[in-house]
Amino acid sequence: MSDHDIAMTINGRRHSGTVESRISLSDFLRGDAGYTGVHVGCEHGVCGACTVMVDGRAVRSCLMLAVQADGADVVTVEGLAAPDGTLHPVQQAFRDEHALQCGFCTPGFVMTLAALTQGGARPSEEELVGALSGNLCRCTGYQGIKRACRRLSGSNMADAGEHA
Amino acid sequence: MNAPGIPAGRFIGKRMPRKEDPRLLTGRGQFVDDIALPGMLHCAFARTPIARGKIVSIDTSAAREVPGVHMIYTAEDFADQTVRMRGFFVEQEVPVRTPPLCEGRIAHVGEPFAMVVADTRHIAEDACSLIELEYEEEDPVITMAQARTGAPVHPSMADNMAGMTGVDEIGAELQAKLDKSAFVIEEHVVHQRVAQSPMETRGIVATRDGPEEFTLYITCQSPHLVARWVTLTLDIPDMSIKVIAKDVGGSFGLKNNPWREETAVMIAALKFGRPLKWIEDRYEYFIGANQAREQEMTLKLGFDTEGHMTCGHGDYDNNNGAFPHGPGDNLAVHLFMWPAYKMPDYGFVTRGCYTNTPGQAAYRGPWQMESLIREAALDRAARRLNIEPYEIRRRNLITAADQPATTGMGIMVDDITPHECMEMLLEKFDVAAFRKEQAAARKEGRYLGLGIATYIEPTAVSGIMSSMTGEFAQVRIDPTGRVTASLSTHSQGHGTATTMAQVIADRIGVRYEDVTVFEGDNSTGAFGPGAAGSRQGVIAGGAAFTASDMLVEKVKAIAAHMLNANAESITIDDGVIHVAGAPEMSMPLRELAEVAHGHPARLPEGMVSGLEAQYRYQGLPMVMTSAAHLCVVEVSAETGFVEIKRWMSAEDCGTVINPAVVEGQIAGGLAQGIGCVLLEEIAFDARGNPTAATYKDYLLPTISDVPEFEFHHRNTPSKSTGGMRGVGEGGAIIGPPTLCNAIIDALTPFGELAIDLPFSPTKLLGFIEGRDLSGGH
Ligand code: FES
Ligand code: FES
Repeated sequence: MSDHDIAMTINGRRHSGTVESRISLSDFLRGDAGYTGVHVGCEHGVCGACTVMVDGRAVRSCLMLAVQADGADVVTVEGLAAPDGTLHPVQQAFRDEHALQCGFCTPGFVMTLAALTQGGARPSEEELVGALSGNLCRCTGYQGIKRACRRLSGSNMADAGEHA
Repeated sequence: MNAPGIPAGRFIGKRMPRKEDPRLLTGRGQFVDDIALPGMLHCAFARTPIARGKIVSIDTSAAREVPGVHMIYTAEDFADQTVRMRGFFVEQEVPVRTPPLCEGRIAHVGEPFAMVVADTRHIAEDACSLIELEYEEEDPVITMAQARTGAPVHPSMADNMAGMTGVDEIGAELQAKLDKSAFVIEEHVVHQRVAQSPMETRGIVATRDGPEEFTLYITCQSPHLVARWVTLTLDIPDMSIKVIAKDVGGSFGLKNNPWREETAVMIAALKFGRPLKWIEDRYEYFIGANQAREQEMTLKLGFDTEGHMTCGHGDYDNNNGAFPHGPGDNLAVHLFMWPAYKMPDYGFVTRGCYTNTPGQAAYRGPWQMESLIREAALDRAARRLNIEPYEIRRRNLITAADQPATTGMGIMVDDITPHECMEMLLEKFDVAAFRKEQAAARKEGRYLGLGIATYIEPTAVSGIMSSMTGEFAQVRIDPTGRVTASLSTHSQGHGTATTMAQVIADRIGVRYEDVTVFEGDNSTGAFGPGAAGSRQGVIAGGAAFTASDMLVEKVKAIAAHMLNANAESITIDDGVIHVAGAPEMSMPLRELAEVAHGHPARLPEGMVSGLEAQYRYQGLPMVMTSAAHLCVVEVSAETGFVEIKRWMSAEDCGTVINPAVVEGQIAGGLAQGIGCVLLEEIAFDARGNPTAATYKDYLLPTISDVPEFEFHHRNTPSKSTGGMRGVGEGGAIIGPPTLCNAIIDALTPFGELAIDLPFSPTKLLGFIEGRDLSGGH
């Protein structure tokens, strides 16, 4: 198995390491870099729990090899809240709407929505819900997650605050 | 103390934000795979490729050559370790020898037969693929029908019968009553096997810390129960056992107790002396973990001409698989068939069988078959009489006026409200208007259906079944004035750190922010069986109530002494102690706490220092929760797809500590019920190979499969301290009959649809078109 030296930015910090070519980005982020908020629910690309942002796009980190992310800018759920602890609007919407129970699926849902609402974008509720059709949650029945989508959507101008 | 009718307080009854969420939302939860210990090695299992046969030989020589492999274990390496396997009811050993690693008889596809310990999981898996298994294959027993006549799955047993209650034949007296009934409805339900499917799979990190201490990080339903289980199963009474499970990614019954793989890792950790980790991958989960349901039942109900039930008989079969957590667990299905209904006479038989498939485990609402078949049969009777589904229930449900009442199975009910819950829904849903809409839609070839179901559920069982006992709370006011509590509770998403903090903050009179609840570790709190049987909010809630009240008594006594006031005149509000009529004497709780902890001389004579109280609440034998649900569906005659258009829930779970948590439990259960009815299925081919091994083949409900639910709460306080009733499982119980009834109603123009789950589009379209579209499976 060949080893590769890779380096990437994770949550604004440089991180380098040596990995076998077969190591997935999710394993690298969790094991090597210590970002255990990246959850692995299936490793088949179906559940979405491992979703992170790579160069601004939501990506299933179990389906991407760590070497493919060499040089990339990666954001995990650990990198969303402000340094003073203020939650990202997506995190806050999840908290306010009771959109999580066990929290295992949560990082994937949050990162998918964070990617879609970057730079203050406010897609419609349907677009946001539609984007989550590939994320599985076994606990909540999706009720709070739908409410969070509504809150984050363009149709809810009452809450049109700054989006990171 | 404080029995029924606790009024909503500042926090009880409010949608307080959860204490668990800030860490979970920022990726700082601590799930078992997040644990990394110095020197930790990784385990992987080699698994059997056939459902039944004999192991001839296992060749590990090539695997041992892989660099990074430390050890390979097979069953013979564990021969010197006692393993007395047991399920959730920990006092008893399971009747079937259940070895951690296959000992020679292969009983299902996916059985672990060797375990590799290596530097990384990847290396361990590489090595597993090099282990050669030589076997002699035999014809497997897969279905319940095969189990009846097939050779015993476990050769030590005479047949495949795992358990039986009741009598096979309908008694002559009951048969006579059935014969005399105006009409008899015979309902037959085939419920597929499903997977509990927590998003976090099973996993464990085990480390032997010297000769006397054993520490386990394990995803489970109660660290206390796991500690007890390990002591008994491995027979290691002299070891100190610490079990940590801070965050658990769902369980739903699966993680009630450790099972084969976790036990293998524990034994290896004891032998090898380095920390070992095993995290199940999703493929292993689908082929190797215990599963649920796979039941068939026939219910015969006699009715008089008015639609009152006269008698009934239930015949129930359950496929336990090869190594069930508890082969007798499902035998109680009949017990809870009728407590909400007037049923004069009921006979039954239940059979559980062993097959060459993965064993069964508990799953949320383990006896939901009783509600599914009963509610479906009642609807068929209503159609027979040409009356509405609610009408047949009005004629047969036990109402407030009928109580107290004792059902045929000896269960006493005195505060159930399924009838009242149903009436609550009928006030909000116009059935007559719906029937008009339905008739008009049918003319356009659109098939709408209405489903109603009612039920009651025994929750918070305590003191009448082993393991199911009281809950414990220790509440402390620290010298800083902050309140901390250690409870016997454990959350796999239940939010007990939130709800218990609400109770404690309310009862003591401090801010919600000032309360921290510790759980998730058997070194805090005391024994409790954890999240099983919808019990924690009820019983632990009662313990938190009483422990808090006891602590308040002490605060008042100290305050009265310090302030030279009357204890009765003292109140605590927002963390400040007040004396009635003397606002100038108010003092922060912290000031009193400093005295209580550090200045014993300033305490009343004879009082011990410190500021804490603890209480174990035994609870009632059981607390009944009632509900009625109603849903509207449209079934497409072109595609067979079911669209859920509306879903209303009226639930009576007594005092609601946090409505968002309660509704979350109901919604999560309903989504699982919807999955059972429409999507999910664990199936096997004729050789016992699983046909679903990823989430691409095993369909979980997604965000677009689950409608938005409308919640209505009736709040009849129970007699349990605090007045709560359990709510964890109800949605999974009442979801399937509500949805099945709606689908059957929608398709009545095509005949009476029998329940054979899942109702896949292919099956429904086949029914609509009157032909089998399944492609010969
Ligand atoms: S773990 Fe990546 S999609 Fe499930
Ligand atoms: S909150 Fe548990 S899986 Fe979504």
